[in-house]
Amino acid sequence: MIKVENLHKHFGGFHAVDGASLEIAEGSITGLIGPNGAGKTTLFNVIAGVHAPTSGRVTLKGEDITGLPPHELFHKGVLRTFQIAHEFSSMTCRENLMMVPAGQSGETLWNTWFGRKKIAEEEEALRAKADEVLEFLTISHLADHKAGQVSGGQKKLLELGRTMMVDAKIVFLDEVGAGVNRTLLNTIGDAIIRLNKERGYTFVVIEHDMDFIGRLCDPVICMAEGKVLAEGTLEEIKANEHVIEAYLGTGLKNKQKGAA
Amino acid sequence: MDTLNALVAFSNFVAIPAVAYGSQLALGALGVTLVYGVLRFSNFAHGDTMAFGAMIVVLLTWLLQSWGVSLGPLPTALLALPVGIIVTAGLLVATDQLVYRFYRKHKSPPVIFLIVSLGVMFIMNGLVRFVIGPGDQRFFDGQRFIVSVREFKAMTGLREGLAIKTTQGLTVVTAVIVVAVLFWFLNKTRTGKSMRAYSDNEDLALLSGINPERVVLVTWLIVAALATVAGALYGLDKSFKPFVYFQLLLPVFASAIVGGLGNPVGAIAGGFVIAFSEVTVTYAWKKVLVYALPDQWEPSGLMQLLTTDYKFAVSFVILVIVLLFRPTGLFRGKAL
Repeated sequence: MIKVENLHKHFGGFHAVDGASLEIAEGSITGLIGPNGAGKTTLFNVIAGVHAPTSGRVTLKGEDITGLPPHELFHKGVLRTFQIAHEFSSMTCRENLMMVPAGQSGETLWNTWFGRKKIAEEEEALRAKADEVLEFLTISHLADHKAGQVSGGQKKLLELGRTMMVDAKIVFLDEVGAGVNRTLLNTIGDAIIRLNKERGYTFVVIEHDMDFIGRLCDPVICMAEGKVLAEGTLEEIKANEHVIEAYLGTGLKNKQKGAA
Repeated sequence: MDTLNALVAFSNFVAIPAVAYGSQLALGALGVTLVYGVLRFSNFAHGDTMAFGAMIVVLLTWLLQSWGVSLGPLPTALLALPVGIIVTAGLLVATDQLVYRFYRKHKSPPVIFLIVSLGVMFIMNGLVRFVIGPGDQRFFDGQRFIVSVREFKAMTGLREGLAIKTTQGLTVVTAVIVVAVLFWFLNKTRTGKSMRAYSDNEDLALLSGINPERVVLVTWLIVAALATVAGALYGLDKSFKPFVYFQLLLPVFASAIVGGLGNPVGAIAGGFVIAFSEVTVTYAWKKVLVYALPDQWEPSGLMQLLTTDYKFAVSFVILVIVLLFRPTGLFRGKAL
């Protein structure tokens, strides 16, 4: 579904993504793992249009989407969440969700003044949908709380909820589980599986929790130093020599470097 | 001691002028704060945007007056205001497309925008002087007072008179309406919420499908309206002179910063704080104190802390104090 070809992203002399190529199959939940600094988040940022790539190509179902700005990708159904949960802090959780679907008729200045009825009907439907999503995520009681004041884990749920407000095609989740307790992590996992099964969302998940990856993801892609190191099931990845080396480093290699 | 006369003198010379001036500053500061909140830079061209808007209103007013159009007791300028807003909006949108958009594309840091706005300021500055000249222009017509000193004295029998100028009443009423509409817009409409969302968290707003160019466009339209209304009201109340608007930049910025940059409520509060400080510090209190104090205490001096020449210093001092002790402003700025 998403194909990344020989993608480079350089920040000055630092090659954050250094020739990564990978393909995400439609309907899959692909795990993206790798040590810190492997370039996973940068890869996400480039695919999601936050950064323009230095070189390389990203295609969505054959269509070139390289370097499109985020709001246009959003309209194509490409969504992402952030490693550190983002929220509109001065709005309530419900309003946060209601912000999401783009192209609402209230967006034109004309309708703001002269299309009140149409907007009211739309907002009614949106409100119902937002409440449904909050229910699904088991945070209905937070609907009227300011999003800036809820806990970190609840903000993560809200991030996931945002992707449920529209018909996403592919969702990039950047460490949804970071800083989240086990119970909540399971809730998030359940939600991801349900969205994948019921709505056919494709997911790409960056995560450090291997149990979580093992439960959800097939295949798993391992990155290190800006390159794709290996791809396969979690078991295959775990057994892969290069992967172990990337995570743990090999004493032998370091010694050789030291000697030289 | 004569409390009633003291109160009347206080209202006449301090409270009423300060409320009117505060409303004008608040409208100006709202424009600055919106640009800061959404586009994330301090727009130094705002004072001259106000001058430009007011200039268009002045020219249109003259045109209407030459046609013999009038609003009776109200100033003709009110009729010119909507057109003034549209022309100013055109100028701001054109400036944005020609100048600011380039820097947005390059994701320039705010300080670059600030310097760019300084350049825009000088161009607008020149433009206004080129069209209307640097001199003083009067464009007020209609009835001068809502309540005049003589009427008030006859009505109450007090020694002190109280006057409310039409422009003062008009300023306050217009400011209340504009602010009410603005807050309704920001809090209740989808477009307004998009602006708040974009101001609150740009990354997330983009990833929620909010089109940044639209948000920016709407912001400039609103800023044009605020600047033109503020500029025209100030011009009606005092008189129109391009340089005065350039000077107004300091109290306007002081208001926005004192209230908390990026916070609309703060901008309004800041406007009144600055206005009241300026007026109270530069007012000769003798007149009020003569009534307020026992006879033997009657002051021999003027009881004026600073001459009006120093009124801009007042904003500056308040600005420094706020930046030292509460840099985020009274209302914690940064998000709309």
